[in-house]
Amino acid sequence: MNQSLKQIAKEIRLLTLQSLCAAGSGHTGASLGLADIFTFLYFRQMKHRPQEPDWPVRDRLILSIGHVAPVLYATLAKAGYFSLEELSTLRKLGTRLQGHPGREHGLPGIELSAGSLGQGLSVAVGMAMAAKHQKLAYQIYAITGDGELQEGSIWEAAMSAAHYQLDNLTVVVDRNGLQIDGTTESVMKLEPLSQKWESFGWNVIQCDGHDFSEIENSFKIASAEKTKPSVIIARTIMGKGVSEIENQHQWHGKAPETTELERFINQL
Amino acid sequence: MQAWSNQGNLASKIGFGNALLKVGLHNPKLIGLGSDITKSVGMDQFAEAFPARFFSLGIAEQNAIGVSAGMALSGLIPVFATYGVFASMRTLDQIRISLCYNKLHAIIGGAHAGISVGPDGATHQALEDIASLRALPNLTILSPCDSNQTELLTSLAIENEHGPVYIRFGREPMPNFTAMDDHLEIGKAQIIRQGSDIAIFATGHLVWQSIQAATILEKDFGIKARIINIHTIKPIDKQSIIESAIQCGCILTAEEHQITSGLGSAIAEVVVKEHPVPMDFVGMPNVFGESGTAAELMQKYGMNSDTIVNKALLLIQRKS
Repeated sequence: MNQSLKQIAKEIRLLTLQSLCAAGSGHTGASLGLADIFTFLYFRQMKHRPQEPDWPVRDRLILSIGHVAPVLYATLAKAGYFSLEELSTLRKLGTRLQGHPGREHGLPGIELSAGSLGQGLSVAVGMAMAAKHQKLAYQIYAITGDGELQEGSIWEAAMSAAHYQLDNLTVVVDRNGLQIDGTTESVMKLEPLSQKWESFGWNVIQCDGHDFSEIENSFKIASAEKTKPSVIIARTIMGKGVSEIENQHQWHGKAPETTELERFINQL
Repeated sequence: MQAWSNQGNLASKIGFGNALLKVGLHNPKLIGLGSDITKSVGMDQFAEAFPARFFSLGIAEQNAIGVSAGMALSGLIPVFATYGVFASMRTLDQIRISLCYNKLHAIIGGAHAGISVGPDGATHQALEDIASLRALPNLTILSPCDSNQTELLTSLAIENEHGPVYIRFGREPMPNFTAMDDHLEIGKAQIIRQGSDIAIFATGHLVWQSIQAATILEKDFGIKARIINIHTIKPIDKQSIIESAIQCGCILTAEEHQITSGLGSAIAEVVVKEHPVPMDFVGMPNVFGESGTAAELMQKYGMNSDTIVNKALLLIQRKS
């Protein structure tokens, strides 16, 4: 079982690298780092129908950290939302694969146009409140970066999710410890991060964001929680899978060169 | 043309609250989102009548806009209201991306608009909300002139629109003079008074002030002023502007807002391109307000009928 998820994640990393290389720009580090989380969500955890993207009772994924769009697109294509060939149009004029997700461009599977950090969690909260109000059982998932948690609006959203006991909401924090200027702890300290979420009234789970059995267990714990929203702080490695990119914060917003691509793919 | 008479002073926020209550009775999708000042912005009746559809979100306006987006994506129609200063500017990036870029149908109520909020002073006088929001694609901006019109336009915004709508309204009891059966259409200017010597485009509380000014202009100077109520700032009714520029030969604008990038600028953008004529602007001269009564402040900062008369007389002299 885990072997097949690993295989899927490897292919998603490959597709992500190829599309970024074709685009000539984009955010490679966190896209590779989140490949295992995206794989688990779309190939194990979420109830969704690639052939019916607007299925009313589907689980929703809100990508607050919009700049990892390449891994979202690669995952959606791999899941069958659209053709793999379309991935090569990433960031090009007229594409449905905008630099940051844009719904109005019509790509199936995009729940929210987002990319201005700190906004997505509020939207996820609104969706979770609406689902409860309408007595609908679907789940809301949101993915945020760790540097993104420096935005004050995240904590407004966190407060409101606990206030309304949104047990239908699970947030994954991509805890790779890096942001553009350096480590999160040097740019603006986030620790003690678990205690911050706990004190805001959340069910806090920590895991290795590249270990599928730990990821699976984390979502199980989140599903079992019936009074609080859950946050999974997933420890990830920025650039995971390509040793030359791993933990290099200069790879936050850079795409592989054509001359590097084959070498990077061989490292996967 | 009908004669406009004051049916009694009433705060525009009363009309906002009435609309929410009325629409709420037959539209179960309508959701109220509060920001600790529910009564102050006129949402209290809705909150009491439909407790299961009212959610308090605390003093956290940025989150409230995001929550609005999430609810709109889920098929509900959220209405969030707070003071106009916070509703527009604290939340600007959230409105831009989460609501406008996503083209989501949500209503933002900007209460306490204009300098007439009075003694609270500059911090709470929304005088830059139109300027801040006017450049955002997909957003509709409404600025009704009295309580009745606030009620009509709020109902229309909830039931007929498909994207995000910002509606600004005042707190101070002001003349309530339009009819509840007025045929209003979002995006279509309302001609309040016919005339061809000068066109006065007004919005919000300054529509009533313009009616007073037109009476003085006619009685004391024999000048017939056309008055057009621009209740929809965006999208602006270009046709009404072009027609008035051609037929009246000069245009005065009047708003309870900064002159910079408000109603006057929106009209000037059309005039300079389509049919240039002399223009002048009544509004806040790019300074902050201060404490005082509504009438004192509107006099001091030149946003009342006296200023409209004076500027109209000077403007007419510039006609070629």
